This record gives sequence, structure tokens and C-alpha cells, in this order.
Amino acid sequence: MAVVLSALLLSGCGNGVLNPAGPVGRDDAQILIDSTLIMLAIVVPTILLAFWMAWRYRASNTKAEYLPNWDYSGRIEAVVWAIPILTIMLIGGVIWIGSYRLDPFRPLPSKTPALEVQVVSLDWKWLFIYPQQGVATVNQLVVPAGSPVHFSITSASVFNTFFVPRLGSMIYAMPGMVSQLYLQADRPQVLMGESAQFSGDGFSDMQFQVKSVTPADFAAWTQSTKAQGPMLDETAYRGLMQQSAHVTPFSYRGVDPQLFQAITTQKIEPGPGPAPQAAAHTGREAPAGGRF
Amino acid sequence: MSDTPLPASVETIRRVRADPRLGRRGHGSEGPAKGAGHGDTGPASKRIIVGYGFWIFLLSDIVMFSCFFAAFAVQSHATAGGPTMAQIVETPRVALETAALLLSSYTCGLSFAATNARSKLWTQVFLLATGLLGLAFVGMELQEFIGLAARGFTPQRSGMLTAFFGLVGLHGVHVSLAGLWLLTMMAQVQLKGFRPEIIHRLICFNLFWHALDIVWIGIFTIVYLMGGLT
Amino acid sequence: MFGKLDWSAIPFDQPIPLITSLLIVVVMLGVLILITLKGWWPYLWGEWITSVDHKRIGVMYCLLGIVMLIRGFADAIMMRTQQAVAINGPGYLPPDHYDQIFTAHGTIMILFGAMPLVIGIMNFLVPLQLGVRDVAFPTFNSVGFWLTASGALLVNVSLFIGEFARTGWLPYPPLSEATYTPGVGVDYYLWAVQISGVGTLITGINIVTTILKMRCPGMSYLRMPIFCWTALASCLLIVAVFPILTATLAMLTLDRYLGWHYFTNTLGGNPMMFVNLIWAWGHPEVYILVLPAFGIFSEIFPTFSGKPLFGYRSMVAATLFICIISMMVWLHHFFTMGAGAAVNTFFGISSSIIAVGTGVKVYNWIFTMYGGRVRFDTPMLWSMGFIFTFCIGGLTGVLLAIPPADFLTHNSMFLVAHFHNVIVGGVVFGVFAGIEFWFPKAFGFRLHPRWGKAAFWLAFVGFWVTFTPLYILGLEGMTRRLQHINIVAWTPWLYVSVAGVGILILGVIAQVIQLVVSIRDRDKLRDVTGDPWDGRSLEWATPSPPPFFNFAVMPNVEGEEAYWGIKLRAVETQQLSPQPDYQPIEMPVNSPVGIYTAFFAFVFGFAMIWHIWWLAILAFVAAYAGFVVFAWRDVHEFHVPAEEVARVDQARREARTALLARMAEQGALP
Repeated sequence: MAVVLSALLLSGCGNGVLNPAGPVGRDDAQILIDSTLIMLAIVVPTILLAFWMAWRYRASNTKAEYLPNWDYSGRIEAVVWAIPILTIMLIGGVIWIGSYRLDPFRPLPSKTPALEVQVVSLDWKWLFIYPQQGVATVNQLVVPAGSPVHFSITSASVFNTFFVPRLGSMIYAMPGMVSQLYLQADRPQVLMGESAQFSGDGFSDMQFQVKSVTPADFAAWTQSTKAQGPMLDETAYRGLMQQSAHVTPFSYRGVDPQLFQAITTQKIEPGPGPAPQAAAHTGREAPAGGRF
Repeated sequence: MSDTPLPASVETIRRVRADPRLGRRGHGSEGPAKGAGHGDTGPASKRIIVGYGFWIFLLSDIVMFSCFFAAFAVQSHATAGGPTMAQIVETPRVALETAALLLSSYTCGLSFAATNARSKLWTQVFLLATGLLGLAFVGMELQEFIGLAARGFTPQRSGMLTAFFGLVGLHGVHVSLAGLWLLTMMAQVQLKGFRPEIIHRLICFNLFWHALDIVWIGIFTIVYLMGGLT
Repeated sequence: MFGKLDWSAIPFDQPIPLITSLLIVVVMLGVLILITLKGWWPYLWGEWITSVDHKRIGVMYCLLGIVMLIRGFADAIMMRTQQAVAINGPGYLPPDHYDQIFTAHGTIMILFGAMPLVIGIMNFLVPLQLGVRDVAFPTFNSVGFWLTASGALLVNVSLFIGEFARTGWLPYPPLSEATYTPGVGVDYYLWAVQISGVGTLITGINIVTTILKMRCPGMSYLRMPIFCWTALASCLLIVAVFPILTATLAMLTLDRYLGWHYFTNTLGGNPMMFVNLIWAWGHPEVYILVLPAFGIFSEIFPTFSGKPLFGYRSMVAATLFICIISMMVWLHHFFTMGAGAAVNTFFGISSSIIAVGTGVKVYNWIFTMYGGRVRFDTPMLWSMGFIFTFCIGGLTGVLLAIPPADFLTHNSMFLVAHFHNVIVGGVVFGVFAGIEFWFPKAFGFRLHPRWGKAAFWLAFVGFWVTFTPLYILGLEGMTRRLQHINIVAWTPWLYVSVAGVGILILGVIAQVIQLVVSIRDRDKLRDVTGDPWDGRSLEWATPSPPPFFNFAVMPNVEGEEAYWGIKLRAVETQQLSPQPDYQPIEMPVNSPVGIYTAFFAFVFGFAMIWHIWWLAILAFVAAYAGFVVFAWRDVHEFHVPAEEVARVDQARREARTALLARMAEQGALP
């Protein structure tokens, strides 16, 4: 118990979910900690009671009274049912309020309008499209600090989960569907993002860098991104769709504005999976393309 | 393990002797159980046990069907540019299929009446009629499937067709396997007569056949009538 | 001719599976040769392989479960060490191998390790506790066991021929569709699980029917031992949800084999439907496992406290409550799907409500000890370890049921730690407690207590050293199923976890030693009375091991804890109940149909996996023909003459009389 507690405290100082870097993560973590405390208040006494009871009534302790047929007490039964019911009613309240307040689809209150980012999970990298800026990046997410970001998330192959631990709530990236998520970073810093849903051999490297920068830096970044790099049109996208892992971040200076729409409606069919082998594939699948 | 055998029993007896008030329990009736039923008076007869177990199997089979129903409900509009339900339903043929299957349930019931009367001849006659009606049903269904495939409406075409073929086909496979069972039962009745275990199997077969009929009513309503209308 | 099967299916280039499977083959050959040389085949065939005795089948289930538990544990060792060495590097397992290992670990531990153990204990115990001579369908029972075994065999064959699934133990499409995973791995998974799933369903039907229709006279529902109630709840869940698994995997099979579109990501397929369906089975599945474990603890606490279970009726209510609610919570496995606040609220609250049932149970166990004389034999140690571990696991479980908290911890190492916390702490501790407790009943001698206690402490400490770091890693943002680690800050915790695995290995060794030592010292550990723990339910009324017909005369139950009352009367009056009038008994005859069907089910599965269609058809026809031939037999039962019954029961009565005499000699009674 003490170990778990100190572990909770320890990870609060690190890069984990208990050291949130934005309002959503903060609220999520608050709920996590609050409910842990509520339950610890019940669980710790229960465990202590169990050990005390076992010790007190050990066979060698003949001083303790022995009630060989005692097996029922209405009062104790009532308490025994009431304790978990009351706890769960409290937790149920937390669930109810928390689910509505932290629904990922719910916009964050803010004076500045949310930045739109379209996210596509591919085998095995992340594509971030900035429709308002007309640029796109792979495996790197740059957002302005202090203002909300609205992510529209889909997948162009299998399931993935979009997750930036220190910013909070994760959500599935699913083919043919668009998930919505609002997140916000407090101040400029570099964070780790990852996929939290196993998606195949290259999954371990489906991590991306999240840079929250000042609004001025964000504008500058947009300008410099527009100045260089390839264009992301359907041809380029089809190339990107092929399986590859451990992709170094890079950016596109321009994006076909219809691309995300074409991906979500599957006008461009989803990723092809592993390259077809010459003959009828044998049982063992050769390690798929890409560097490991 | 303590040194004295049965330490708790001995302690209990000592304690209750010292203080008889501790001899009573909080609840729970003592003495022989009153009344019959629910096994209170000992294990049920073999016939009851076999029928009961088969009922439970049927319930689980119906759960399996319900998954395929659920898949159909989820995917009934996932036509992916292919045909809709309304385009593939042929009401007259389905009505005929339904009639055949319902009639077979009736003959199946008659066969069991004959079994109860221990009439081998009539049992066989009605079982045969049941089998033939089942065969007609499966035949018509196959014809329907082949017709659809000829129009390019295969399960590979869309999610809706997948769910349609899956659900209806699963029922068809059940009826076919039941037909195999029926043949086995006819052979057993003929060669072995009405031994108790044969009668138990006939009970199970009857239950199975009627259950398939009930599932078909669901398919007829949900897939063909409701699906065909939309 | 052989479908997709050719020499490239053998992993000549991968030393680990190759050497492992060669070792397994050598060991198996050695065992077979030994059996042949010693001439044990007739005994094995007549007494075990074709046996329809529920006790024998239960023991075989447990044996299968333990073997597979060790296999799954070997996978676990590889996973923990791979993650610890693959920090900013590839480690020693390439992704295509590592992915198979975690998939196999999950599949084996749940479906081929824990399930056979739990089902084995239910099989062994339920008829004994109900005071009857066998389960409702003894021959089907044997079929069910052998089907489970052939499913397990298929999983292990994948080690040597081809590969296992690389998708996680629940093969989520579209990843598991033929487009993204074209190899035979998923097919191995599908057929192995389908075949064993049929076996499980048979057991479920069997035990439900046994409990509802085959209790001894006087054993009304509210006089059944709690273990029977939990077995009933568990098997009702099997009957209700295993067909969902069958249906779901059948749909995935159709997708993979025939190009249908149930779960594809194109042409109207719906992958989320798979996720919903599989968890509609998957969540009740964990209660199928844990409810009987609760039942085991509910037998152990009263026995070792020397008093009845506290709040029997509320225990029954809590069991049924969990049984029903467990089918309404599946969506908590994917709150992060974005189903909306209302849906998440409903499933969050329904999931945490389950904690009411388990909470009540924990308190009832605690109050069972109140006013007792608690003896700390090995089963009791496992039970106390369970209460501690399970309370923490329950806490983290409720945390994961809170959608906003789940948004941070879903699919993380926190989740991994949580479910090991409840499954190891609940099911595995329960099974080990149960094995310690009922081993003397099954084999006639106790397990060595000293080594048993050592095994417990090593397992308990090892468990916490292994999984506490995973909780922390989860909160650090580490997700599950990573083949290598890109974040160095996680390293120390991964090392601690490996150290925990080391302790767990010692625990496993201690258990093996315990078994060996116990067999060596079996004469010293012999249980002559049939009641080594001063038990309370009817299984202890039989000698150890019980005769194949369990009870010479069916008991007549006159209250809760049927055997306790009978025993107290005997001890108090210093004499047994009057000798009954022995009648001949009818018992089912042995049948090879189980192993026959399972053999062809295995061949069928193997043929389907490798697309050897002719063999598949052949196997199906052979299996059906076997069933018809079986159905043709005329003799289903044989008579045990009354003299034989009397002879066996006399031995029991003599042992018990001797016990009473010994107690009188010691002056145990005033």
C-alpha cells in the first residue's frame, strides 16, 4: 500500500499522466487521484480489519472468544452492504459528472478559437494535417500553447489510439470514422505522444513528438513549413500509406484540402497491409517492411 | 495440521456444551426438506435431465443466433453501393419456404405423438415427412442464394450481404445438420426400437427442430419482412 | 495436396521456438516411450483417457491447466526480459516473434490455463458437494475435456509449424483480417479457441444441469455449499456468453477465409462490432473464472475458522448479483472509443456496481473469521494473500471504470497491472488454494505444508515486486505491448519488474519441489480419514480418494453444511450412523468417444488452418461417424453389485471408527 502510494507521488514528478501539462489532463488526473483517495479510505481499513481479524482469532489465541455457530447478524449485514453501496454511489457521482465534463467531443472554453488538426494513423506513423494552415507533418505535432486544439482523428489502416499522456484524454483512431478530441497545452514544452492500441509489428515506434510553442513561434513555424518540403497530394499520400516504421519526423509544405475527407469516406481505400508475397503466402508471415 | 484430529469439531462440541446458547445458527432450516420438485428429493430422472440439458443447449444456440441477428441489425444499411434488402427479397419464395418449415414442425410434432403411442410406422412416416419438408426448405434457400450470386450479390459484395448470408446461412446449416440427425434417428428407431435413450434423443431432436422453426420466424420477420420493406 | 503447408512453415531461422519445440517433442517422446516400456498404456487408457468419472476428468483438466500455466509463464518471462533489454535497442525478440508471445501468453493463460483449472475444480467438486455420483452427462464431460485439450495442442503446434497470432489475445480487426495479418497465426488462434470453446460450452451445460437437477435428497438450493452456487453462476455465464465467442470468431473466420465483410474496414464491414461482441463475451469470461475462485475461498474461510460462513444468503445474493451485472459492463473496455458521455456514464456506473458484490463478499469472509479459531494452513495463507491482493486490484479496477481516469490509463501498463492483480490475485491464488485444499481428497495424501508455505510467500512477494512497477509505468504513460522501449526513464521500473519475475520463478520451483516432496513422503502425509482439514461439506464424507461411485448410499441432507452436522453427531456420540442398507449402483461405462472426437477435431482444425480441404472434410466425416457409432452402443451403464459397494463403504466406516477411537484415546472429548 505504502509502495503504491509513494509510487503515485513519485510519478507525479515525472513525465506521466499525474504531471499534466494541460487543463484536460489536469481534470482527468484530479478525478483519478480523488477517486483513489475515496476508495483508499475504504480499502485500507478493510485490509487492516482482515488482518486484525485473522490475528485476533488465530487458533493459538485461546483468550479470544469462540462462537462456533455464529453466522448471521442483520446489523453487520446491513453495514456490509451499505459500505460498498455508499462508496459506489459517491464514485457513481464522480463517473456521471466526470463523463459529461470530460467528454472528449466537448469543446474547451477559450477566448481564442480552437486550432484544427486532422490526425490520420497509418501503418506505423501519424499524419497531422493543419487544414487552416495548409501544411502537414508526420510524427510531429506542433501546437500553440494556451489555446485549445481540436483534433479530428481517423485511421487509414487498423485501430490506433491517439494519446499524449501529459495532455490528457486518449481516443481511438478508427478506419472510416472520425473521433473528436479537444486538448490544450499550458505552456511551451516538448511532450511525448504515442499510440495506445497495438497495431502491428511497427507499433513500438508509433510515437510522436508534441511541441507546444508560443503563438508567435507557431506562426513562424507555419511560415517556415510552408517554405519547404514536398506536397501532400493523393500520390504522395499513397506512398506514405505503405507500411514503414520508425519514421523520422518531416513536414509537407502543402496539402490537398480534400485529402482528409477522401480518407475518412474511404474514397482512398485504407492502407494495403504487408506487401503481398510472390507465391501464395506460406504460413509464416515474413516480417513486414520498414526498419525495426 | 494440528495434533488432535478434527480440532474444530471437538472445540465446537466443547464450547456448545459449556454454553448451549451457542448451539443455534442464525438462519437456515434444519430437518428433511419438505415438498417435491427442484431436486429437493433427489436427482431427477434421466429423461428430465436429458431434456433439461438440451434446453440449456438450445438457449445457448439461440444466443449464438442473436449475435448474427445483431450483426444484421448493425449492417443492414451497410450496402457499400450494392443492393439494398428491398432489392433482394423475393416474398413469394420466402413465403413458400416458411410454409414448408412450419408444416415440418407440425409433422415433427405428429411424429412424437406417434412415438408416445409407440407406433414405429407412423413415427417413421412423420419423421420422413419432416425430413422431406426440411429438404424442400433447404433446397429453396439454396436456389435463392444461387440466384442472388448469379446477379453478383455475393457476401463479398457488402457488409449488408455478408450479414444477410451469414444469418440466413447459419439457419440453413442448422437445418441441414438437423436433417443429418433426423436420418440417424430414423435408422436408430428402425433398428433399435423405442429404447429409453432413443426416446430421449427423439425428445431432443423435436426440441431442436421446433427451436429452428422459432428462429426462422425471427429471420422471416426481421430480415425478410422488415428488411424487405425498408 | 497440403494446402499452404510446406517446409518453410518450420522456423529453422528462429532458434528460440525451434529449440523449445524440439525439447518438447523429445520430452513427449520420452514420456511415451517410458509409458510403453513400463506397460502403462492399458492403465492409462482404461482408467484415465476413456474415463467418464468426473473426478478423473477434473484431475486431467487441472493437469492440463498447470502445464499450460507453465507454458504461459515462460512467455511472460520472455516478455518481461525483452522489455528490460530492449531499451533504445532491438532486444532479443524481433517484433514478429514478440507479438506472437504476448498473444500466446494472454490466450494460453485465460483460455488454456485458468479455464481448465477452474473447470477442473468444478468438475471434481460439484457432484461430491451435491452428494451425487456423477455429473449429468458423464460421456459429454469427457468429450468436453478432450476438445479443450486438442485446442491447447493446436496452440502449441503453432510453435513449431507456422506461427501464432500476432494481434493480441483478442484479435481486433482490421488488424486480424487477412489484409493486415495474412499468415496462419490468427487461424491457429481461431480454430484452437473454437474447438476448446465447444468443450467449455459442454461443461457449462453439464454443470448447470447437474446443479439444477441432480442434487441428493434434502439438498435444497439454500443448503448447497457456496462453491456450488458460484459454479452455477459461472456455468450459467458460460452458457450465456460462450456462444457469443463462437459467433464472433465464426464471423472473423468467414471474413478471413471467404472474404466476407463483417469486420473489414471496407465495403460496409464494422470493426467496432467485433470489439463490442468480443467483450460481451470477454467481460463475463473473467467472472466465469473468478466466481468459482470466490467459491473456493468461501469453502476455505469457514473450514479454517472452525465456524460456518458468515452471511450465507447474502453471499448467494452477491454471487447472483455479480453474475447478472457482469453481462452489462462490457463497454468499459473501450470508453476511449468516443461513444459519448451518456453511454460511458451508464457503463462506468454499472462496472463499479460490481464492486458492491465483491465488497460484500470480502466483508463476509472477514466476518467468517470473527469469533473463530483460525488455523493458518497453506490454503488459508493463499486466502489471506488473496484478500489483500484482490482489494487493491478491485480499487484499480474501479479506477479504470471511471471514464475520465480510463482516458489516462486505458491500454497502459496500469491496465496490465490491474488485470493481473485480479486474475493472479483472484483466480490463480484461488486455484492454488483450492489445489492445496482438495489435493488430499483427490489423491489421498496432503501436499507438503512447509514447501507450500514457501511457495505462497514467494508467489505473493514476487507478484507485488513484478506488478507494482507496472502500475507506476502505466502512470508514467507507458502503453502495453511495446516490443522495445524508446524512453529511458522507464528503465528502472522495468528492471524491478524483472527481479519480481525472478522471485516468481523461485515460487514456481517451490511448487514443483512441493509436489515432488509430497509424492516422495506420501505415506507420511497420508490422509486415512478422508477428512484432513476438519471440513464441513459432503466431499469430506467420502474417503480420500473417493471411490468411483462417490457415495455408497446417497446422503440425506438435513441442513446447511451437510457433513458438519453428521460429523458432530458422530464425534459427540462416539459412533457412526447405523450401517445403511446397500443397494447395487448403476454407473456409466467408459467411452473412447471423447478422445476420438477430439483427435478428429484437432485434425479438422489443423487442416482448416493450412487450407488442406480434403483432410478437413475427411476429419469432419470421421468425427460424425464416430458419434453415430457411439450412439449405436447398447450398454450405457454397468451395475456395481451391493456386496462391492458394501465392501468399499466398510473400509470407510472402519477408518472413521478408528479415528473416533483414536480421539477417545487422546482424551480429545470430555
